[in-house]
Amino acid sequence: MIFIHILIMATVTYMVRMLPMVIFKKKIESDFIKSFLYYVPYAVLGSMTFPAILTATSSTYSAIAGTIVAVLLAFMEKSLLTVALSSCLVVYITEWILRLLNL
Amino acid sequence: MDTDNISNSFISGIKDGIPIGLGYLSVSFTFGIMAVNSGLPVWIAVLISMTNLTSAGQFAGISLINAGAPYIEMALAQLVINLRYSLMSLSLTQKTDKSFSTLHRLILSFGITDEVFAVASGKPHDIDTKYMYGLITVPYWGWAMGTLLGAAAGSILPESVSSAMNIAIYGMFLAIIIPPAKKSRSVLCVIILSVTISFILHYTPYLNRLSEGFVIIICALAASGLGALFFPVKEVAE
Repeated sequence: MIFIHILIMATVTYMVRMLPMVIFKKKIESDFIKSFLYYVPYAVLGSMTFPAILTATSSTYSAIAGTIVAVLLAFMEKSLLTVALSSCLVVYITEWILRLLNL
Repeated sequence: MDTDNISNSFISGIKDGIPIGLGYLSVSFTFGIMAVNSGLPVWIAVLISMTNLTSAGQFAGISLINAGAPYIEMALAQLVINLRYSLMSLSLTQKTDKSFSTLHRLILSFGITDEVFAVASGKPHDIDTKYMYGLITVPYWGWAMGTLLGAAAGSILPESVSSAMNIAIYGMFLAIIIPPAKKSRSVLCVIILSVTISFILHYTPYLNRLSEGFVIIICALAASGLGALFFPVKEVAE
């Protein structure tokens, strides 16, 4: 039954977000845990991006081109939207060139 | 940087949420297309997006629905894929101010996504509930609208365009993590470590059978743990 499937998806997903938020209300004192939680976003986003970004598009070449442009623009501290859209554009152009070259 | 009372407001939350919402349009658009192509009605695709608000979990969810997977398998898959949100929620509790009552926590925790978390935790100061409500508003509706448009447009979109749009979310992640990595050698080390572990887990035989959710959790625990061990941060969350 599809509604039960959706209900399970929604409930489990909500619980993993909600429980830590509601249970932990105090500021953590431990330097180790504070540092650990400080690094979590970078570790999570890093591992979500690589290697997934290299297989996100229909060609590895276009993915590499898009990745290089995104890294360069992010390094220049461009906005999230600028970085995201520029890498899309570069992927699109690269795949267009690849098709012209019949690769 | 803005002062506390300017950036801690609903409007500044909305502003910070706009790029996230636009990024979500493209990802949820893809989700909408995939859901409809797999045989689900448009409104079911939108219902899933409005009640789940999670990319990886939803993509896995529709394939489990179509496979007629047992309920327990669905529950376990969602738990593993989305367990990283627990780490994010826990991390965010250290950045919330006094306005976060239990009721606000019950509501706002629904909107914690990778990008919302990244932006909120990137703020130089504690955040209040008004800011957080602002921050999740545009991404939430962007996610729902993108799903609706993708599901309705179906396969109209040429493959070349949807292929290009798939990289958007990763471009955004890079834009979030690279600027801080320029300024902090320890952040850079944690990122390199996490990415290295991720490559190893994806390309080593046997290990590459781990689910995506587990890979993220292992990378987060190992890289952040080693980071905290070798580069303790004194001034965090002050």
